Amino acid sequence: MLQTAQRTAKSKTKKATPPHDRFLEAFRWMLLARTLEEKLVSLYRGGLITGGVYIGKGQEAVSVACGLLLQKGDIFAPLIRDQAGRSAFGEPLIDVTRTYLGSRLGPMRGRDGNIHRGHPRNNELAMISHLGAMVSVTVGALIAKRFKGEKNFVGLACIGEGGMQTGAFHEGMNIAAVEQAPLVVVATNNHYAYSTPNDREFACDDLVDRAIGYGFEGYSLDGTDLSACLDVIGGAVKRARAGRPPQLVVASVLRLSGHGEHDDASYVPEEVKRQPFARDCLKMAEQTIIDLNLADAETLAAWRKDAAAQVDEAIAAAQQEAAPEGNKEDWCALSTRDLVDHVDE
Amino acid sequence: MSITYLEAIREAQAKLLRDDERVFIYGQDVGGTFGGAFKATKGLAKEFPGRVLNTPISEDAIVGAAIGAAMQGMRPIVEMQFADFSSIALNQILNNAGTHYWRTNVPVPITVRLPSGGTKGSGPFHSQSMELIYAHYPGLIVMTPATVEDAYTMLIEAVAIDDPVIYCEHKYLYYHLKADKLPEKGLPTGRARIAREGRDLTIVSYSAMMQESLAAAEELTREGFEVEVVDLRTVKPLDTDTLLASVARTGRLLCIGESFPWGGATAEVIARVTSQGFHLLDAAPQRLNAKDTPIPYHPNLWNAHRPNAQKIATKARALLRE
Ligand SMILES: Cc1ncc(C[n+]2csc(CCOP(=O)(O)OP(=O)(O)O)c2C)c(N)n1
Ligand SMILES: [Mg+2]
Repeated sequence: MLQTAQRTAKSKTKKATPPHDRFLEAFRWMLLARTLEEKLVSLYRGGLITGGVYIGKGQEAVSVACGLLLQKGDIFAPLIRDQAGRSAFGEPLIDVTRTYLGSRLGPMRGRDGNIHRGHPRNNELAMISHLGAMVSVTVGALIAKRFKGEKNFVGLACIGEGGMQTGAFHEGMNIAAVEQAPLVVVATNNHYAYSTPNDREFACDDLVDRAIGYGFEGYSLDGTDLSACLDVIGGAVKRARAGRPPQLVVASVLRLSGHGEHDDASYVPEEVKRQPFARDCLKMAEQTIIDLNLADAETLAAWRKDAAAQVDEAIAAAQQEAAPEGNKEDWCALSTRDLVDHVDE
Repeated sequence: MSITYLEAIREAQAKLLRDDERVFIYGQDVGGTFGGAFKATKGLAKEFPGRVLNTPISEDAIVGAAIGAAMQGMRPIVEMQFADFSSIALNQILNNAGTHYWRTNVPVPITVRLPSGGTKGSGPFHSQSMELIYAHYPGLIVMTPATVEDAYTMLIEAVAIDDPVIYCEHKYLYYHLKADKLPEKGLPTGRARIAREGRDLTIVSYSAMMQESLAAAEELTREGFEVEVVDLRTVKPLDTDTLLASVARTGRLLCIGESFPWGGATAEVIARVTSQGFHLLDAAPQRLNAKDTPIPYHPNLWNAHRPNAQKIATKARALLRE
């Protein structure tokens, strides 16, 4: 079934927008994610993290809406910039610090690092690096739920505008629509794929126009505006749950960091940083709180302190834990132990 | 009654759908009244409504969806229309299915059926044997049944296994091989089979080349040689013990594969037997594979490209003389 792609008017003034009923809750998850990631960056700079650090600075509003508005039983397929969404979906902070700091008690036990983590048993899928691959996996999880007679579930898969250009992404979108899967795909156009700007990524006017071609319903979103994120992504989740065709939301932001912390992003011109999409969603949300007097300065300070305490605790705990060791590792890539192929080394 | 290799595959799937509600079949043209490019799912969509599903031509997404469904407790069987097109799904198979248990402790029980190998006139893109690629990567089991009986029991076993299984079914054997009846049970997965006993030479093979090897062995009896033929059944895991035991009896080893010559199951067998059983060998082990070019279309060229009973016998004679 094909639906006409629709677009919401891009919101212009934030202050007039009444905050969503979960605005403050969402703000606190954003604050926690930002605090955590700032700390991870300083650990990385101090040489305490092996491998890369990839943060979601500037994308917390989009991400938090994804994780927060899902329910128990829903499937979430986060990507690299989704700390806020992962936390709001239920990922404990200790999972993050254990993975980054290489504790053998973490969900990936030292076998995979940084953002390549998940809890498939809790419906938080563990992304592989290959962009676009998780869309069809999410569709498959939804097909399974349908087979099992479950009701009222949705899946939400995140993607960047760069990942939207892979074959796997196109295949995944198409099969989602063919299966009429209750899927929401939230695409965040942060205007760069690593160092490559939009004009070398795609040539269509607006990525949301692709929705109709896939058999999705499409919505645009100012990703710097937390209320809009909660409204638009919340609406998409609701429609998917109600049996509407799959939903594509395309959010516009600027990546307010390097691709990873190894990258100074010196290729981003100053004038891009002055664009409306370059505003910091966390600062914007805080301004809304102040302007509408949703919380006083004391409360905000207490929230900040609480976030810092949680982060410090998770880091301290993970730092005390043992690292995995090669000679104690169970080098077995199959769950069926008697089918492991033994090559004498 | 007589049943073909292809019918055995269909029967195994019918049984799986009947006995296990977690099973569904996903692939191009498998559903409706059509039942697959080779009819391996003929009639199943009608018998099991909603569980034999046609898909778009999207190999990556087909396998991706199977992976997601398997994580949620289903037992999907994916039919690739031809093994060759599984190249489009390599990423999902190798990087997603193959790594998932190791990374997350959650296994991904998918079965991917690959209609493999050459048939007359099929050309470069409908003839490939891809077991090497799948066996090379961790986290996958690779089955290569060479008999009607194994085609049946191994497919049932593949779906029961909690890990991803690449099931390479040979298109040449589809109609050429027949059995009287289907067995209840086969050898355990991972065990090679002595297809024919002998004491002069061990030929190790799998899939269609196992049948060619048996024919070569038959030809060599007329010359007074007793050739042992080992059917690997699974190329991963590889049953090194059975291989070493056979070479201990014969002292000579010839490995036959239909895939391209660089690397592969034949090279792996020789590497293992040589490193673990060098003292058992009376002559340098040999192997025979297809040529290192794309697989040709014309039957004359195709016959020259792949091993067959005659070429195997010639190679065996030379090795027996050493
Ligand atoms: C298929 C694939 N090719 C290349 C990469 C390497 N890579 C990792 S992230 C990235 C940029 C992704 O851009 P985008 O999808 O816009 O996400 P963003 O980083 O902007 O959030 C690239 C090229 C990859 N992970 N997957
Ligand atoms: Mg981007």
